[in-house]
Amino acid sequence: MNTVLQFIITGLLFCLPILSTSVAFGATQSAEFEQGVQLLASKSFTEKEQAIHMIGNSGDPLAIKTLQAVYAGKLFFVKKDKTLVYGEPDGSTYSVTDFISGEDLGLIKKRKLKKITINNKLRGVLKSVLAGLNLQHPDPKQRLAAAEEILTGLNPELITLLKKSLLTEQDPEVREALTSALAVAGLHHQDPQQRLASLALIAGNLNPVVKNAIQALIEKENDPIVLKKAEAALKVIEAKSTWYARLETLFFGLSLGSVLVLAAIGLAITFGVIGVINMAHGELIMLGAYTTYVLQQLMPNYIGLALALSIPAAFCVSGLTGILIEKSVIRFLYGRPLETLLATFGISLVLQQTVRSIFSPLNRSVATPDWMSGSLVINPLLSLTTNRVTIFLFAMIVFAGLFVLLKKSSLGLNVRAVAQNRNMARAMGVKAARVDALTFGLGSGIAGIAGVALSQLTNVGPNLGQAYIIDSFMVVVFGGVGNLWGTLVGGLSLGIANKFLEPWIGAVLAKIIILIFIILFIQKRPQGLFPQKGRAAE
Amino acid sequence: MSIIKSLYRDKVGMVMLTLLTLMAVIIPACNQVFPEGHTFHISTFTMTLLGKYLCYALLALSVDLVWGYLGILSLGHGAFFGLGGYAMGMYLMRQIGDRGVYGNPLLPDFMVFLNWQELPWFWHGFNWFAFAMLMVMLAPAALAFIFGWFAFKSRVTGVYLSIITQAMTYALLLAFFRNEMGFGGNNGLTDFKDILGFSLQNDATKAGLFMASAIALILGYISCRYITQSKLGRVCTAIRDQESRVRFLGYRVEHAKLFIFTFSAVLAGIAGALYVPQVGIINPTEFSPLNSIEIVIWVAVGGRATLYGAVAGALVVNYAKSYLTAAFPDAWLFGLGALFILVTLFLPQGISGGITALFKKKEAR
Repeated sequence: MNTVLQFIITGLLFCLPILSTSVAFGATQSAEFEQGVQLLASKSFTEKEQAIHMIGNSGDPLAIKTLQAVYAGKLFFVKKDKTLVYGEPDGSTYSVTDFISGEDLGLIKKRKLKKITINNKLRGVLKSVLAGLNLQHPDPKQRLAAAEEILTGLNPELITLLKKSLLTEQDPEVREALTSALAVAGLHHQDPQQRLASLALIAGNLNPVVKNAIQALIEKENDPIVLKKAEAALKVIEAKSTWYARLETLFFGLSLGSVLVLAAIGLAITFGVIGVINMAHGELIMLGAYTTYVLQQLMPNYIGLALALSIPAAFCVSGLTGILIEKSVIRFLYGRPLETLLATFGISLVLQQTVRSIFSPLNRSVATPDWMSGSLVINPLLSLTTNRVTIFLFAMIVFAGLFVLLKKSSLGLNVRAVAQNRNMARAMGVKAARVDALTFGLGSGIAGIAGVALSQLTNVGPNLGQAYIIDSFMVVVFGGVGNLWGTLVGGLSLGIANKFLEPWIGAVLAKIIILIFIILFIQKRPQGLFPQKGRAAE
Repeated sequence: MSIIKSLYRDKVGMVMLTLLTLMAVIIPACNQVFPEGHTFHISTFTMTLLGKYLCYALLALSVDLVWGYLGILSLGHGAFFGLGGYAMGMYLMRQIGDRGVYGNPLLPDFMVFLNWQELPWFWHGFNWFAFAMLMVMLAPAALAFIFGWFAFKSRVTGVYLSIITQAMTYALLLAFFRNEMGFGGNNGLTDFKDILGFSLQNDATKAGLFMASAIALILGYISCRYITQSKLGRVCTAIRDQESRVRFLGYRVEHAKLFIFTFSAVLAGIAGALYVPQVGIINPTEFSPLNSIEIVIWVAVGGRATLYGAVAGALVVNYAKSYLTAAFPDAWLFGLGALFILVTLFLPQGISGGITALFKKKEAR
């Protein structure tokens, strides 16, 4: 084994000058590439290994592709004329293309092809050569990925490669990755001083491979000083990772909380002003989500634009539906909150069934635009999904907008007046009936906007509203009726509490405990966290 | 004595009780005496369906007691119904013995499936019918008592109370869906074999269960009627109309509420217990908020604060549901939704209230 390694290392070292020149002079040496390709057809694995190195060193633009194809087992020779082809299995035949020219050669039977077989040792060689090639890649991102890839499968030849790349590397990020990869390798050095130096280099690196390497070091370390340092380093890493885990839970909690705030805030407004619970609120959210779906169906090529347009559209659809509900049903039931609750529940059933009849009971999925997919990688342990970040920001914007509307506009003034004392407000000339309708429309419109946000997180289906309605009630009741701050604080804290309980006791039990907590909380503070101002006593 | 007196003044109630008694005798008799195909034969299917309705009627009665006479709109009565049902289901489960799929003499099938080694502590005692019947009443009563103790002491009323009752049944729904709870997870309890030694497949047993349901409904009605006509009932009506005034007069409002609420929960539990052997399954969907709110609409349709209205409402709405879900599956939710809206808008007193108003108009003429 050792001799083989030595052979490879010497080979590599021998080849390095060629490698550098090859990079410098581009594709001038494709003769070497062709020679290597010829050699690939050999039966001997030793010769194939040579071939791999030759191809790797050739600097030919096709080199990486060739080696990847060999590694994937998709490179063949046609038995008759020895042309190199790329084959994809297609039943018992292969659909093949000429590898060099890219010409489509149609279907060829399996027995007419000879696969370039590799063994495990060759696989290792391929991997190292490929990693080495990628380390030379013009794109820094590719280099970074290669450096990180190497970290998981270190061997002596790669270490040499790493050292070599480090000399020429300019990009600071890639340099850092290379250094830590080298340091991980240095943990196995015979000299304790070297091991210590390596430890110092990777201290605080959050890559899971680093953590594993340090753990492995602790298990077999004899030198007490190194052992102590290693244990300290591990502790730092562990402390950091628990901290980041908590941060991640907090993020998920805030994300859930922002969804709850979005879903509940419209309910809080209508409940606060009119004093009725709108059981159809969940269905108004659902209408907003379906509006997004329909708009995306109308313009399938502009998903982002459709999403942006669906915010005002959903506001209008749900808001107008809300005003319709208020004018046709709720208006006649003022002063009888329990009956209103039943009537709006009836409305929710009708809306659900309508949607089920129009769009089918199946869930529909709404596409996420590119700028909302992916994630924000902060470090190897903490990455935030972009759509959740966006929705959190969106919820905050909606909240701020609503807050300003209620505090600064004349409509807001009237709404607050009616909420605090309806009779007095009417005596002062506020048209309470109009304010009621507008408030209901506003609350419903916000529900529609919440639906747009929800469509980016879950599937859109007729039961979407039902899933959120009870949670929304809980937020409103917990935060205090008719108080925006209450809804914000209530929603976010319930979301965070839920997510922090989840790892301990599971999602369902966490939800049950939150429900029980709220039931008990209401007994202590029937008006919620932020009681409503004004003369609310019966 | 006062029971008879309370009934004597309730003419509609007397008519209904007579009808129920006749049903309790005639329907099982028609099913048992006349052979299949005979003109007077009533099929077992119809009888079981009617038996189910009778259980619903008892459940509606319990909701009417708290909503109609106490002003508490409970959106969580399905929880008490479900608990009673589960208590009965556990007894029936234990009666299966080693006749389950896995043939384990000690453990019900789903526990064997989950690889449990021994019976959880709360399953002990359920092989005795008397203990199970005690639990049918105690479990809902305990939940209602604890819940009511907290809620009424801190004077949670109105919409808030409705919402937390809904949260209560929702929490139970989530809890019973968990396999770890030991109640069969989302499959619930099913595959029952026999009750008190009588096979549940037997028509005679089903006739017996029907009769039991009818008798339970009759007794439930009489006790509700008695309570509402008693002094306590008067206080309850007063609480419904002006709670603070009753409190100022020196009555302990929360005690009255607690008693009625707990009693109503027991009635709901009994209804659940009679329901389970007739339908042959109990699963967590009984706890779903939609079920609980449906009960309220039965009462609203029949007319609240009349008791007989609740019974009539439960029978009418459920008959309509059975018919519509079979004939037009899509239309049922439209129908139910419209029922909610129309009844609250145009028939606030329900059918019985509407009929009474009609009679009064005629008399005035």
